[in-house]
Amino acid sequence: MNLILFLIIFPFVISLILRPNLLPEGLQKGLISISTLVLAVASIMLCFDPNEISSQLLQLTFSHYQQLFLFVVEIGLAILIYYFSFKYDKIWVAFVNTIQLMLLIVLETKVKFNLENNIGNASNLFTKSIFFIDNFSIIMALIIGIIGGLIAIYANGYMKDFHHHHKEMKDKRSSFFFVIFMFLSAMFGIVFSDNLLWLHFFWEITTLASFLLIGYKGDKVSIDNAFRALLYNLIGGVGFVVGILYFYMASGSFSLDQLINAGKSGFLIPVLLLAFAGFSKSAQMPFSSWLLGAMVAPTPVSALLHSSTMVKAGVYLVIKLAPALMGTWAGILVASVGGITFLTASMIAISRQNAKSVLAYSTIANLGLIVLCAGIGSPMAVWAGIMIIIFHAISKGLLFLSVGVAEHRIDSREIEAMDGLVVSLPNLSFLLLLGMAGMFLAPFAMLISKWAVIKAIIDPAPLLLIPIVFGSAATLFYWVKWMGKLLAITTNETNNPNNTNKTTAATLEKAISNYEWCALYPLGFLTIISTIIFPLTSGFMLEPYLSKHYNLGAGYFNLWQENIILMTLLLILLLLLPLLSKIFISANNKKTRVTAPYLAGANVNDGYHYQGSLQTMKYTIRNYYLESFFGERCWSLVGIILAIVTMLIMLFSVRF
Amino acid sequence: MSTSCLTSGLLYLLLAPLIGGLIAGLDRIISARMQTRVGPPIWQPFYDVCKLFSKEHLVVNRSQTLFVFGLFIFMIITGLLFFTGYDLLLVIFAFTLASILLILAAYKAGSPYSFIGAERELMQMMAYEPMVLLVPIGIYMVTKTFSVAEIVKYETPLIYYLPGVFIGLLHILTIKFRKSPFDLSSTHHAHQELVKGLTTEFSGPSLALIEITHWYENVLLLGIIFLFFAPIPWVGVLAALLIYFLEIMIDNSFARMKWEFLLKSSWWMALVFGGGNILLLMLLKR
Repeated sequence: MNLILFLIIFPFVISLILRPNLLPEGLQKGLISISTLVLAVASIMLCFDPNEISSQLLQLTFSHYQQLFLFVVEIGLAILIYYFSFKYDKIWVAFVNTIQLMLLIVLETKVKFNLENNIGNASNLFTKSIFFIDNFSIIMALIIGIIGGLIAIYANGYMKDFHHHHKEMKDKRSSFFFVIFMFLSAMFGIVFSDNLLWLHFFWEITTLASFLLIGYKGDKVSIDNAFRALLYNLIGGVGFVVGILYFYMASGSFSLDQLINAGKSGFLIPVLLLAFAGFSKSAQMPFSSWLLGAMVAPTPVSALLHSSTMVKAGVYLVIKLAPALMGTWAGILVASVGGITFLTASMIAISRQNAKSVLAYSTIANLGLIVLCAGIGSPMAVWAGIMIIIFHAISKGLLFLSVGVAEHRIDSREIEAMDGLVVSLPNLSFLLLLGMAGMFLAPFAMLISKWAVIKAIIDPAPLLLIPIVFGSAATLFYWVKWMGKLLAITTNETNNPNNTNKTTAATLEKAISNYEWCALYPLGFLTIISTIIFPLTSGFMLEPYLSKHYNLGAGYFNLWQENIILMTLLLILLLLLPLLSKIFISANNKKTRVTAPYLAGANVNDGYHYQGSLQTMKYTIRNYYLESFFGERCWSLVGIILAIVTMLIMLFSVRF
Repeated sequence: MSTSCLTSGLLYLLLAPLIGGLIAGLDRIISARMQTRVGPPIWQPFYDVCKLFSKEHLVVNRSQTLFVFGLFIFMIITGLLFFTGYDLLLVIFAFTLASILLILAAYKAGSPYSFIGAERELMQMMAYEPMVLLVPIGIYMVTKTFSVAEIVKYETPLIYYLPGVFIGLLHILTIKFRKSPFDLSSTHHAHQELVKGLTTEFSGPSLALIEITHWYENVLLLGIIFLFFAPIPWVGVLAALLIYFLEIMIDNSFARMKWEFLLKSSWWMALVFGGGNILLLMLLKR
């Protein structure tokens, strides 16, 4: 209990300390590093504290004062949103904000009326605890605490470099970290709240925080994208409030737990409304553009939004609702939205040349896969969904942070500018390759999860496998060609070992700050270790959680053990590969001779030029992007239309 | 794991290169006869590989050998997983890993020809991957298991329920066996504008290893064909050989297609035949 409150309040306090910008730079960096360490340690302690886990529903109960407090704060947030939307002349944001505000007022008066007239045991509302804890929220807390913390440390080094690169901007670093820590605090709030009003309160804070972070640069594009994120998330927020209101009217309760139980017995409308809110937050198809717009923000923001916070709050909620969705038509439709998102986002990613954009589409695709799992809702599907949440958070965090570093070093975020990066930034390239392998390649854990997805949905909904198989093929394509680009040593001037002097490589990598390495190496390590300890994660965290929620007998997951061990062995083999191949190489070493590549003509000195018929030619090679097949405009339109149609069917398929 | 699984795994490890090499030899003779040539002796592929091992090892990048070696190891593991009766999905994933290692090796070699070869190989992979994944899915829909050991015990031949999936598989086998019209990335024909594409920068022992890997791979693919006829083993072997013959015929009677056609046709075949078959199974089994 105390740890939960600590995890929510501590980052909040830190953010308040950082806001006024009183601390000197060194002290500020120190404070950020130490407090993220504290958060990480606290979230790890959560795993090992039996009292925390055994006291299922904690003692802090809801009260009417809390409700009034929340009401006042939410009105304050709404006023803040009004301020921004009128300042920048964004009428739609103000409009949606008004709807949400009105709904909140309706909710408040309704509760007050019920209390005064004591309708339907209205005071029962205040016997239920506002917080809860189970293994899933512990997993989420670990993700937020450790990966979110690492990103904050990274931001220390990155933001300094960022302002060095963008001299025209005012240095607002203190408010930047203020919002980051506020964000972390709200995220902890989301994963531990059982009370829907508190949950919605934290939910809105993350919406506002991401709005502020995306608009950090303050130029027109950033502000437009920030408002788009705000608008879409507010629409989701409206769905959330309608869900709360509807559920309260029907049952007089504010408990998420009870809402899920009601859903299990067929009361699906509030469940679907909450899932709708989850869709907007986790950038599912009609809403996906806000997450793409978010990449204009500084890299730590993108990393935070994509890996450990924000979108993960969305899928967290949808996965939470999974038991209610299992075996229903509505569930299949939720899964279809996920499937559509996975397929279209994966295909669009092929045509993107911007590294961050590829990462963004890959995030959207993976979130689609998680939503798909949640919609199926069977224990195996939820198992796969939670696993994807974990591995995606680690690998995507690593990838975003590495791309951010590379961007500052080579002054480009285009994939085409990254050829031969393995020469100029060897360690960073290794981490990038590791992150990519972690995203899609056997035997890394992400693929085990995908395997579980296939097993989980083949019985309830085999047709949903079709978007998965095509999407997987596309996934393969865009990752491998990027990996190839990093490995291929070609004619790129900055990355070419022969064209530039030998010292460049060393200096390029030396310019990366220690704060950045401090985040990158642990994330790289986590990518490997999470696969190795994956049977443990499953055995100690997920299986108890699922057994409890689905009343599974012992041995439900037994079939897995053999295959999981096999996967782990494969991983070890893959890691041992360099050693094994050493033997092969040394056996042939005497015969080995390094030559210039074949260019169908006489090579000129360095092997990157050849003698053409008129003059010396240099060759250039570029990746396939297949714009005509996988163009963004076409496929996002297809995705949006299909997803909207599916959602409409979903909302109307449930009898009101 | 039963002893019979262990034996078949061991047999694969030892005999696959022999069988694969002999098939390659036969392939060359039959192709030659189709082109009214005499063709090399049946042991020619083995002579070639032996000679390659004794040659100088020319590389552009020393580290490219690492990936080739990885390809070799993981292709053998893939085959072992299949022939010892493990999970078919796992086999497919390991197969994918092995194929990706070959592509990365070609990227790493850093010549324009091997780079384009790698890109095209990747394109081919994207083309066949959906269908490759639909095969175990279709098989599961019938047998309710992914375990190869269980699948071979199923009493009716799978082809009976999965004709669509089988047709889809045939289409992509042309890509997998590196036969015309889909040998975009690297080919044994002389009409290659990319020199040797994917394998341009591999020579000597590396190339020998790639060749042996290819034999292992072919035997595995024939094993997957066999799976569709498993209850009647002699039909299975016959079918596998017949289909290989069919591939040789296709190889010798088609010109190479463009990648657009490759991608479109493979995805449509997978969707219509593979997906259609699965839809039918879903409707009929309910």
